[in-house]
Formats: sequence, C-alpha cells, structure tokens
Amino acid sequence: MDFSRDIENKEAVYSVAEITQEIKILLESSIPAIWVQGEISNFVHHSSGHNYFSLKDEDAQISAVMWRSRTGSLFFTPKNGMKVLAFGTIRVYEKRGTYQLDVQKMIPAGIGELQLAFEQLKQKLNEEGLFNAEFKKPIPSLPEKIGIVTSPTGAAVHDLIQVLQRRFPAVEIFLRPTKVQGEGAALDIAQAIKEFNEFGQVDVLIVGRGGGSLEDLWAFNEEVVARAIFASEIPIISAVGHEIDFTISDFVADLRAPTPSAAAELVVPLAQDLLTRVRNLQKDNFTNITRRIAELRDRLENLSLSYGFRRPLDLLLQHRQRLDELERVIQITMGNKLSSLGRNLQQVNQRLSGLHPESVLKRGYSLAWKNDDHHILREAAALETEDSIHIHFYRGGVDARVGSVFPNETFDNIYKKNSNKMDEK
Amino acid sequence: MIKSFEKAMARLEEIAALLEDGSQTLEDSLKLFEEANELALFCEKQLDNAEKKLKILTKNGQEFKIQEEMF
Repeated sequence: MDFSRDIENKEAVYSVAEITQEIKILLESSIPAIWVQGEISNFVHHSSGHNYFSLKDEDAQISAVMWRSRTGSLFFTPKNGMKVLAFGTIRVYEKRGTYQLDVQKMIPAGIGELQLAFEQLKQKLNEEGLFNAEFKKPIPSLPEKIGIVTSPTGAAVHDLIQVLQRRFPAVEIFLRPTKVQGEGAALDIAQAIKEFNEFGQVDVLIVGRGGGSLEDLWAFNEEVVARAIFASEIPIISAVGHEIDFTISDFVADLRAPTPSAAAELVVPLAQDLLTRVRNLQKDNFTNITRRIAELRDRLENLSLSYGFRRPLDLLLQHRQRLDELERVIQITMGNKLSSLGRNLQQVNQRLSGLHPESVLKRGYSLAWKNDDHHILREAAALETEDSIHIHFYRGGVDARVGSVFPNETFDNIYKKNSNKMDEK
Repeated sequence: MIKSFEKAMARLEEIAALLEDGSQTLEDSLKLFEEANELALFCEKQLDNAEKKLKILTKNGQEFKIQEEMF
C-alpha cells in the first residue's frame, strides 16, 4: 500500500474547522425553517431561562434548544413524553461538533397531547389529595369583600361585576387583572391568588375567564395554578369558560361555578330578599308585641270592672307606671319613623291614653277611699256617717267626713233632683 | 360593616322567635322589641347602601395599591 500519493494531493485534506464549516454551510443553507414532530425527552429548564431537550422517535433523535427569548410563545409547559410539533432551523455548533434544532415555536402535536397532559396532571393531583372534599373551605354566605382574578377586558368580567352589583349593591369588589391565556398566564394567575392572600382583606375569590378552546383555557389546567388555589387561605370559586368545560382549577377550588356570571349568583344573596325578610320579621314582632299590650289592656279593663274588687292604691299606681312605660316605648319607636309601624302605634297610643287613670280623672271622675284602709270605693254601702275619707281629683284632693249615706242612689235619681233644684232657681 | 350585618340579622331572627314564644315578661318583651327596631333600622341602612366604584388591586414591590374606577 502506498499512502504517500493520497497525502500529496493537499486539496483533499481538510482541517477540522474547514470540514465543520462545510457541514455548517451545507446544513444551514439547504434546510430552511421547518416543523419537526417528535417526543420530548431529557427536558431541562435551565436557570438562565433557556430550555434544552431532545426530540426523538423510534429511530433517531435530535438535540434541541429553545432560547429564553423564544419561550414567550409557549402556552403550555413542555414535559418529557409529550409529542410536539417544533418549528425552527438547524444550527451547527462548531466548538462541540454538534447540530441542534433551534426552536422558535412549539405546540402540542394534537389536542390529544393536551388531553393526555390533562389526564396525567389530574391523576397526579388527585392522588396527592388536592381534590379531597375535606380540604374544601365553606364559601361565606354574606361576603363583604369579593376578590376577582381574571382579565380586565371582555364580557366575562363585565357580566360578573354587573350581576354582583345588581344582586348586592353594597358588596365591595376588588379586581387583580391577569392574563387568562397565552404566555405567562398560568404564572400570572397563580401570582394573583398569592397576592390576594397577602392583601388579606377579601372574604372570597372568584378565579376564572370566559369561554374558549382547550388551548385558550389551558392556563387553568396548569399545575402552578392548581397549587396556588390549593394553598389559598381565602376560599376560591373557580369560574372557567362555559358549563361544559371542566378544568383542573375546578377540581381543586372550594366551589365550581359553570360560568363567571353563575359565580356571581352563587356568592351573594339578593339584597332585596334580605330586606323583605327584615320587614317581615318586624311585622311579626309588632303583631306579637301589640298582642301582649292588648292582653294587658284587656286584663286591666276586666280588673277595673269586676265587682267586690278592692285594689290597694299602690297597685293602681303600678299599673299606671306600666302604661307610662308602654307609652315611652311607643314614643321611641314612632320617633324612629318606621312609617307603617308608626301609624299602627299611633292608634294603640290613643287607646292607651283613654285607659290612663289621669285621663279618666280629667274627664271629671274622681277616686275616693277610706283613710284607714285605702281601698278604692265603689259603693256607698261601704261607708258610714262620720267616716273619714279622701277624695282625689284630677288636680289635688281633699279629706272629707261622710255625711248622709245613700246606698241605692242612681245617676238618674241625682239628675232629676238637681234639675228640680235648678228649675226652682 | 356587613360582618356585623350578619350578626344583626341573626339577632333579629332570634328576637322574633322569642317574641313569638310570648314567654318573656312584659318588660323584657318591650326591651326586645326596642332592640329589634334598632337592628332592623341598621339592616335596612346597610342594604340600601351601594358601592359605586370597582377597586383595582396592584402590587408594587412590597406595597399594595388600590385604584378606584367607576363601575
């Protein structure tokens, strides 16, 4: 064998750099930007923000890199085992003698890939217990302040706020605007939930967005969002998409609403209903209290009418005191201007005034009792001539000594006697 | 404010049951009735109140900022 003749032909000898350069030019100029389908393996998300991985199929594999500046376009989190479509160019790295797919865009290879990722995460989190009923917090029945995590634009937030306002105008609403799809959405949503927890002043959170495709809703299927919902100390209602959409967020949240507007209906009562309830309770209370007062009035009337009834003077004073109290309460209540109550109470007040001992005396009646026993006198027969009695008028009173006693006198007799006297004059 | 509204509603319901029962003395019934009136007024006032602004929450560094926007 004679090698010397081969080596003399210097044009055929390349340096490493030269041949590498040839390869580089050949590859980079003849292969344009292309889509490559393969399965992700050896995926590394470097601290620099760059993603390094391989794409493989049964027969071959190719190294790939997605620089940090390009990962912005990712709407999902790449994982080992996922089949993807990656768009990019081939680059040769002379120093290392390798070639790589420089990825500009990447999407799951089909809806199937997303659904698979969904199932896998759902199973994983379920096994960890994140969906368990025991971790679900009760939603407060009368929240004072509501926090919303959603996009600040679009119909969803507008409808949500409108329904909340209509149902319960007094509720305070806080919005922490977030992206709800595309790059960085999942992180933004998770961050918003954490911020509300730090802020601390809201009673419940609504986390969601309007309807869209599986890709559009994908952020709400991401692990970082699920974990933020689980860690939240503030109860969370998830409200993502339409009735038929179920996301991982829905499983982790304390309550799922089929849509954002539905969440608004779940989270606050109708103020109008509460108002009606308050008024009905007051009507009942008024009925009950006036019934008690009427019972007392009837008892007093019965007591004052019964024959052979002797009430000590101080018991009469006690009754008068009770009526004074009733009038005081009624005055205060009327002063509060609950108008329907006020009208009714006016009527009760008038009837009570008639009962008051003083108004009876004002009409000209007087009270008389024997000085030695203080029983109110109703019958002349209880007295004898020379008895010492006291007569109390509306104003003032007198001590008197009984003269003649007429036990059978009636009002009609007196009238006739006096009118005769007047005729005589 | 509304947290005490919840308590006020609960107490109103409680008083209504007591007055319905009728087992209180007259003095106690009157006191309860007076209390119920004040609670009812308070509740009505709370329910009539209306928030006019949406509060937008943002975090700058360590601080929270609230910006108000008309609904």
